[in-house]
Amino acid sequence: MARVAAKRPAAKKIEAPKRARLLIATRKGLWTLTTDASRRTWKLAGPAFLGHIVHHAMLDPRDGKTLLAAARTGHLGPTVFRSTDNGKTWKEAATPPAFDAGSGRVVDHTFWLTPGHASQPGVWFAGTSPQGLFRSDDGGVNWKGVAGFNAHPQRKAWCGGDQDGTPDGPKLHSILVDPRDPAHMYISMSSGGTFESTDGGADWHPLNQGVRADFQPNPDLEFGHDPHCVQFAGGNPDRLYMQNHCGLFRLDRPATRWTDIGTGMPKSVGYVGFPMVPHPHDADTAWIFPMDGSNVWPRISPGGKPAAYRTRDGGKTWKRQAEGMPKAQAWWTVKRQAMTIDRFPVAGVYFGTTSGELWGTRDEGRTWKCLAAHLPHIYAVVSV
Amino acid sequence: MDYRVAIPSPLRSYCDGAAAVTVACAARHPTLGDLLDGLDSAYPGIRFRMLDEQGKLRPHIKVFVNADVQRDPGARLPPLADVMIVAALSGG
Repeated sequence: MARVAAKRPAAKKIEAPKRARLLIATRKGLWTLTTDASRRTWKLAGPAFLGHIVHHAMLDPRDGKTLLAAARTGHLGPTVFRSTDNGKTWKEAATPPAFDAGSGRVVDHTFWLTPGHASQPGVWFAGTSPQGLFRSDDGGVNWKGVAGFNAHPQRKAWCGGDQDGTPDGPKLHSILVDPRDPAHMYISMSSGGTFESTDGGADWHPLNQGVRADFQPNPDLEFGHDPHCVQFAGGNPDRLYMQNHCGLFRLDRPATRWTDIGTGMPKSVGYVGFPMVPHPHDADTAWIFPMDGSNVWPRISPGGKPAAYRTRDGGKTWKRQAEGMPKAQAWWTVKRQAMTIDRFPVAGVYFGTTSGELWGTRDEGRTWKCLAAHLPHIYAVVSV
Repeated sequence: MDYRVAIPSPLRSYCDGAAAVTVACAARHPTLGDLLDGLDSAYPGIRFRMLDEQGKLRPHIKVFVNADVQRDPGARLPPLADVMIVAALSGG
């Protein structure tokens, strides 16, 4: 009898979006950059909130029209603006993220915005500086602290004091909601480390085994690490990628020990950086944008030669991608929220610099082009 | 008692662009905090931009009561005092 080869299931066809849109959050306002499906010509619009420091902006993928922006000015307190018409009009949150009166803690700025699970329309999460976790159940109008984190008896031990942390203030960031289970979440903190909740935020536990913390006397810590950015792998929420202060790491759940994936980076470049950008459709592919972490930590492109690095094998190897970028004397800094990716089958990757340039590729990093210049210091670039 | 409050440009979006507004305080001996509460009732959201969640004035907000700087929201306001809010910021 002839054997019949088992048929492999046909690969799911990835529909190309009709357009791409980037939200560009800067130190002086919010801009948008849009293009059609060709991604050849881009149109810059804005600013909204001129003069405001916009740390993050995000579209609600559940309705495709609600936008939130985390903003403050140098003299005024932090707030969240929301639009329900894709940015045509904005209104301030009635109750922005704020710690409980009497807690002694003060939100300096809201740093990170994450829409909730698809099954929970209207739910959003916000991470602040200093480290706090907040939730809205009404699309960002009113925010309340997540007591399971903010009032956790270990929180202070995990985070240190509100004066500890990054130069611009300690931050809670990389709020990830498992697309299969709204009760399963991850948060990360600079500093503090990465934490997991399996009960919708009522309790949290550290998830940092295998992650280096070589700025601590005891580098094998349970918490106190400095993850810069943590993201789900595209199409596989059991895989997490991390750009850390001390290297590059990957975690494949249910394992709880991170794997060092920075050993394939050239020693002259190192493994320091801020963003981590996984491919939306390929769990083995991700991009980073290395920064100089030598000596006093300049945090600029090593040697003044900017480049992205891409892995296609889950971090075993990394390939330099710099075609089109300046070859020398380009001292760029790319912050942790300032690199993003669209959802095209051949993905476009984009990043913004603190010197106000927006760069992108529409061929997964083979060639790069400057899409916008002369913007203010870019804090975040978000593909929506 | 009514107080005239001068509003700095960064906060005028809350009061339809007005450079000064009148705020009524019902308390017999109103404090600066009562005045800012009254301001927030009339112009929701403005208070949190000036005071943090622990009730302290933010570092770059100054309030003059008549000619004197007042940073204590618990301080009593003199009758008929002129109140001026200043958003002081330097650098880029």
